[in-house]
Amino acid sequence: MKRHLISAADLTRDDALLILDTAEELSRIADRPIKKLPTLRGRTVVNLFFEDSTRTRISFEAAAKRLSADVINFSAKGSSVSKGESLKDTALTLEAMGADGVVIRHNASGAPHRLAGWVRGSVVNAGDGTHEHPTQALLDAYTMRRRLGDLDGRRVTIVGDILHSRVARSNVLLLNTLGADVTLVAPPTLFPVAVDTWPCEVAYDFDAVLPKSDVVMMLRVQQERMSDAFFPTVREYSRRYGLDARRLSALPEHAIVMHPGPMNRGVEIAAEVADSPRSTIVEQVANGVTVRMAVLYLLLGGSEPAIGGAARDGGDAARDGGDVSRGGAIRDRGDVSRGGDAIRNGGDASRREDA
Amino acid sequence: MFLIKGARILGGAPADILLRDGVVAEVGAGLTAPEATVVEADGLIALPGLVDLHTHLREPGREDAETVESGTRAAAAGGYTAVHAMANTEPVADTAGVVEQVWRLGREAGHCDVHPVGAVTRGLEGERLAELGAMADSAARVRVFSDDGHCVSDAVLMRRALEYVKAFDGVVAQHAQEPRLTEHAQMNEGEVSGRLGLAGWPAVAEEAIIARDCLLAAHVGSRLHVCHVSTAGSVEILRWAKSKGWQVTAEVTPHHLLLTDELAETYDPVYKVNPPLRTKADVEALREALADGTIDCVATDHAPHPAEAKETEWAPAAMGMIGLETALSVVHEAMVETGLLDWAGVADRMSARPARIGRLTGQGRPIEVGAPANLTLYDPAARTAVDPAAFVSKSRNTPFAGLELPGRVHATFLRGRPTVLEGKVI
Repeated sequence: MKRHLISAADLTRDDALLILDTAEELSRIADRPIKKLPTLRGRTVVNLFFEDSTRTRISFEAAAKRLSADVINFSAKGSSVSKGESLKDTALTLEAMGADGVVIRHNASGAPHRLAGWVRGSVVNAGDGTHEHPTQALLDAYTMRRRLGDLDGRRVTIVGDILHSRVARSNVLLLNTLGADVTLVAPPTLFPVAVDTWPCEVAYDFDAVLPKSDVVMMLRVQQERMSDAFFPTVREYSRRYGLDARRLSALPEHAIVMHPGPMNRGVEIAAEVADSPRSTIVEQVANGVTVRMAVLYLLLGGSEPAIGGAARDGGDAARDGGDVSRGGAIRDRGDVSRGGDAIRNGGDASRREDA
Repeated sequence: MFLIKGARILGGAPADILLRDGVVAEVGAGLTAPEATVVEADGLIALPGLVDLHTHLREPGREDAETVESGTRAAAAGGYTAVHAMANTEPVADTAGVVEQVWRLGREAGHCDVHPVGAVTRGLEGERLAELGAMADSAARVRVFSDDGHCVSDAVLMRRALEYVKAFDGVVAQHAQEPRLTEHAQMNEGEVSGRLGLAGWPAVAEEAIIARDCLLAAHVGSRLHVCHVSTAGSVEILRWAKSKGWQVTAEVTPHHLLLTDELAETYDPVYKVNPPLRTKADVEALREALADGTIDCVATDHAPHPAEAKETEWAPAAMGMIGLETALSVVHEAMVETGLLDWAGVADRMSARPARIGRLTGQGRPIEVGAPANLTLYDPAARTAVDPAAFVSKSRNTPFAGLELPGRVHATFLRGRPTVLEGKVI
């Protein structure tokens, strides 16, 4: 796996499956009374958020904390040179503080790419402009896999503002890597001009695609797009591209409905659809933490199994809820094999508790 | 007095060239002149001093990026003997006072001739004409007018400007960019922009303005010059306009002859420029058009920026690249090595034609007895990797860093006086 996660295209099929499998293992601790693993103890993860996104920041923060990393939240709205410190100077500051991982959210496409050139730690893209949002794609794939099994040959329909959507870009790339067949649906104004070069199908008629979908993913459409003449009115958009009860009934029985949030109820998705049992919207949020744990673990912690392995000296570390005095990983910052020990200890504890 | 020994004029047979009293005094084999300083030019190509129609010298206002002094030194180092200094300074060169100031700074620096370009509209705001006549009548004798950086998008204003400058044989150099189609634009609109999530600058935004302006120039019988042509579609429109006999000329930059939009994949804003880098098909069309004369000349659009304007995310970064010191090598690589132009063709596109468009009488003349001694000696056999640290310009924002390019300017003479010798600016 590459050192950074900037684009879903950075992941090979094996990388992506490893992340999803690791997340699956890690999900077992989510049901335990103590949700913490000592894996990243002593590691520092900086959440560098240049754009408001409480839900994504909290998700990454929870993920890092459950792995016992030290988390620093750095939120800095406005990023251009004229608005104060430059991204480069911020990067040099983080570097001086010794960040092992930097999770960056930025309104400029490519900002994580630039950051990766200025810091030594791993960079995780938490959404950059209209470019990509690879952990969203991973949590979406994870959610699909849990509901539908293997994604090979699954038909995923993504509907909405493709032109401005980082979620769509990352999903097209990752789902293609995982063998799913993606169809994008939008009014022609909301596709990039060269979308025909993307590894997916393109359609303007939502209704025609519905019966052939195992998954329908609805994207948020911003009302201000209307003033830029991307579509005439919100009502017309909703009629042609919104997912309402009638369209829901045209889906195959097993099909699921997804949305990365935040939703515009009544615009791209009707309330009754969002709240239906076929909607995975709340599940996606929970899965987000698990998948981000897997990403942080694999980028910062090492390549051994997150949970499981030979029995060692009991599950003290896990039982103590991440007591710093216990567990092998603590004193030797950066020692991957010891980090692995710590995980195994946690795993032992979990097995005992499960039993 | 200088005696250049054994230079190949326009790549022809070796000859000696005697420069005396600011003019080419003699050309021939085995010349002798006991008092002259001898310049050994074995293997070097002699070209007329290069003329740039499109240079940003940044002074007044952004002396941190470039000054008239540093920019003209860079020009001399690149083989230029004349540059046209664009009007988008602070204050804007939209009055006789500002253009005369820039012109005087050029004279004092003495590295090459500086011909200020006058703004078409006051403050480059696209609303009212600047005092074009006052600038034409000033000591700077402005003949080229441009709002470069901004398009004169108002059709009526463009028509009036084209008509008005006829009184003093001026030309309007248009930065062809339909503003509404390029709001927030970051790079060429196409496969790469869609993938990178960067707002697109569609080719049609350039082509629509060029088509309109060609029709306007024809209607009022005026001269139009199109700045930095970047698309295959623009070339087709220009070819059609020229076939009608209309007075339309055009330039292409070195970077548009060599680089493509795929470089944006690095998100390194050193590749961010306006108009943006386009596709391989565009590059090929531009080279062909320069070879067949549809595009008249190469102009650098030398656009210096301080480091902090480029060491940022892509979107807030400044647009533009420096080019004076690499232009001849890039043209060598893109046009000569490919067999599209010979050295006579290079001299025509980089010296004679731009001088004619700018109505410069003392520049762009063939190297022959009696002509002003403006010439550059170029070593075509050299091959070096571009090293920004070695640049004479104050800025370092070159897209060619590390790229191995052919050729090197050995010497430049401005009216018989060397501005560069042994590759070093004097």
